[in-house]
Amino acid sequence: MTWYIVRRFLQMIPVFLGATLLVYFLVFSLPGDATAAICGDRGCTPAVVAGLREQYNLDEPFFVQYLLYLKGVLTFDLGTNFSGRPIATIIAEVFPTTAKLALMALVLEAVFGIVFGLVAGLRKGKLFDSSVLVLSLVVIAVPIFVLGFLMQFLIGVKLQWTNPTVSGDATFTELLLPAVVLGLVSFAYVLRLTRTSIIENVNADYVRTATAKGLSRKRVVVVHVLRNSLIPVVTFLGADLGALMGGAIVTEGIFNVNGVGNTLYRAVLNGDGPMVVSIVTFLILIFVLANLLVDLLYAWLDPRIRYA
Amino acid sequence: MRYTRSSTMLSVAAIAVLALSACGSDTDSSSDGGGGGDTEAVIVVDGSEPQNPLIPTSTNEVGGGAILDLVFAGLVSYDADGKSQNEVAESIETEDAQNYTITLKEGKTFTNGDPVTASSFVDAWNYGAAAKNAQLSSYFFESIEGYDEASAEGSTVETMSGLEVVDDQTFTVKLAQPESDWPLRLGYSAFYPLPAVAFEDTAAFGENPIGNGPYMFASDGAWQHNQQIELVPNDEYEGPQEAQNGGITFKIYQNDTTAYQDLVSDNLDVLKTIPTSDIKNFKNDLGERSIESPYAGNQTIAIPYYLPNWDGEAGKLRRQALSMAINRDEITEVIFSNGREPAKEFTAPVLDGFNPDLPGSENLEFNPDEAKKLWEQAEELEPYDESEPLTIGYNADKGDHKTWVEAVVNNIKNNLDIEISGKPYATFKEARTDATDEKLTGALRSGWQADYPSLYNFLGPIYATGAGSNDARYSNPDFDEKLTEGLAADSVEEGNEMMNEAQEMILEDLPAIPLWYQVAQGGWSNNVDGVEFGWNGVPLYYAITGK
Repeated sequence: MTWYIVRRFLQMIPVFLGATLLVYFLVFSLPGDATAAICGDRGCTPAVVAGLREQYNLDEPFFVQYLLYLKGVLTFDLGTNFSGRPIATIIAEVFPTTAKLALMALVLEAVFGIVFGLVAGLRKGKLFDSSVLVLSLVVIAVPIFVLGFLMQFLIGVKLQWTNPTVSGDATFTELLLPAVVLGLVSFAYVLRLTRTSIIENVNADYVRTATAKGLSRKRVVVVHVLRNSLIPVVTFLGADLGALMGGAIVTEGIFNVNGVGNTLYRAVLNGDGPMVVSIVTFLILIFVLANLLVDLLYAWLDPRIRYA
Repeated sequence: MRYTRSSTMLSVAAIAVLALSACGSDTDSSSDGGGGGDTEAVIVVDGSEPQNPLIPTSTNEVGGGAILDLVFAGLVSYDADGKSQNEVAESIETEDAQNYTITLKEGKTFTNGDPVTASSFVDAWNYGAAAKNAQLSSYFFESIEGYDEASAEGSTVETMSGLEVVDDQTFTVKLAQPESDWPLRLGYSAFYPLPAVAFEDTAAFGENPIGNGPYMFASDGAWQHNQQIELVPNDEYEGPQEAQNGGITFKIYQNDTTAYQDLVSDNLDVLKTIPTSDIKNFKNDLGERSIESPYAGNQTIAIPYYLPNWDGEAGKLRRQALSMAINRDEITEVIFSNGREPAKEFTAPVLDGFNPDLPGSENLEFNPDEAKKLWEQAEELEPYDESEPLTIGYNADKGDHKTWVEAVVNNIKNNLDIEISGKPYATFKEARTDATDEKLTGALRSGWQADYPSLYNFLGPIYATGAGSNDARYSNPDFDEKLTEGLAADSVEEGNEMMNEAQEMILEDLPAIPLWYQVAQGGWSNNVDGVEFGWNGVPLYYAITGK
């Protein structure tokens, strides 16, 4: 088990190198000169452009730029973005906010998705089942920004239960509404996954055995049916954490959350290579870690799975 | 003595006045007493994240500019109408429009206690111009003698020979050539003074700038990046922009739509740009709390002369035809709900010297028949190369340009019956790179917002030969000469006349097709009063009071 975890961590090294190289190359090949974004409408004098190119290593060929960046990373210096701010500082500012938002969304979608899915699965074809199925279909079908603006308008502007936007402090109550919006679509998927999985498993042999043994209905459902049904759901949730962290651009934009998605979006527009690569690398690491966690959870959920 | 009803009232009023003036620091000007606004309220306004450290010469965008304009005070400042008024300057004197003697007012200080002296200006300007500091706004000093040496690529010269400190309160400026409108520029942020501490660690200074303006940073670290910037009044400041409120907090928004939701729910006090999606209904939503105020900015379409169809005599006729095929009145009314004004020339109506009736302005009027005729004349001279149909480029990342570009395209298509289409660029930098490298394959939209209130600012930097923003690569020696003459004129008025004579040439040649003038559309919450927009479309933050 320990060796398995060590091996998984060692595997992260080539993933890190490959991902940074690829992302750096993609940003490098974006059309347009990065100094043009810095100089704005009026443009700069050629001397200023030359100075900027030197400052950000833009006058070097691609591989030299990449190696300089890599050297910085290995010496714990991520460099500065095009506004002259240390990238490490920016990441330290925005990651906690987005992590908080993503975790809140994840918990909401997991709890409500699994509970609703369980109930719907057990009462297949009943009124509750049909109505949550319709509801989840609507949530999946409507684009996220429509839901976002709608909920912001109703709850933030009309009812004034909460502020329409999130302040710099990003408190729990402020993040609740964006977290609901962010988690809504995944909630619908979790619900449907759980429901299908439950329906499959209630008729399985081991469930019949458990019932025949005289176990209480509650114990059969929670320990035997639900636990075994959670494997596809956990796989989905693990992958979803990565998506929630990096994919919150729309939600963060609507609620003005100063998070990873917004920062990444601006950096891409400005062609700010080191900034984009640093953020994406962090996201990749989180993604890989979340997947490791999912794999370890499999063994706990299903004792037949063993790692060596 | 017996108290009468009225004397009780009087004493209550007197106590109230005392209480107000006691907490109102030293705001003894009479103007704020009459309005009855709360001068202690902290006003929350929308802002955007400054893209660079807050050093005057390295800030070239509106997000940082709005902060600098409150934290610093230059030699002059501009009032709501764009009239220049002395700020730190006691006097700016010249006899030949080339040699200036600038005297400063006594007793002005930065908020760290340092006096504002002649060196504060001279050192800041030299820093801004020197190539080794790579300051984005360095070209603002180009008129000063010695700029070329200091700003040349790789130059190690750190001072401009045209600047000389006489004593603490006086310095002289020698320009490379006479320019009568030069003093007008001195209110722009690039010309702000810097205290000595700024040069010790510019990066740290850019995080927590120390200025001499009507406001200062609330504390070290008041700039919470991408979240907000908190400013409080500077009690030492005396001048035309004295704060009428208890502070300005810039809340930073990623997009206007979100800011608008905060405005209508009273979580934001002032919004300076109504998002496109709410242009149609913001007057209904806000009623009395909305404003439309023209400012010194315009929108044009530049057509490069290096494109085959658009050069020479035939090119000129085609440019005129295009211009006359665009129905500016209809587009500004339908698309912008009259939030733009159809252009009559190349500058903006709020400027001194603006003249809507210049000869040639008929080229900017909608006239489809004449347009068709001109196009046919061009065809006779030189047939249109249809393998390269015209495109109108715009950047799709910021601002909603697609809608109006499509409208202009349809106008031209319908009235001239030619192939033409819009060309979106994914990012602004992509469009700018093509323009700088002369790789444009069609026309490019271009918005210009004035740095300082002068006709020249709309002409020189865009249409003079070799100018930095001359996307069309227009070159006309007569035009250049007229501009130089206008700058050298004895007075700004006389200069303006020559600027307008220069405009007549480009109204004929149309290196770019002027479309419309910008109008600021903004609104404010139920909590504030006295919101007014300045000549540059930015609210006069210092004059806003609470309710």
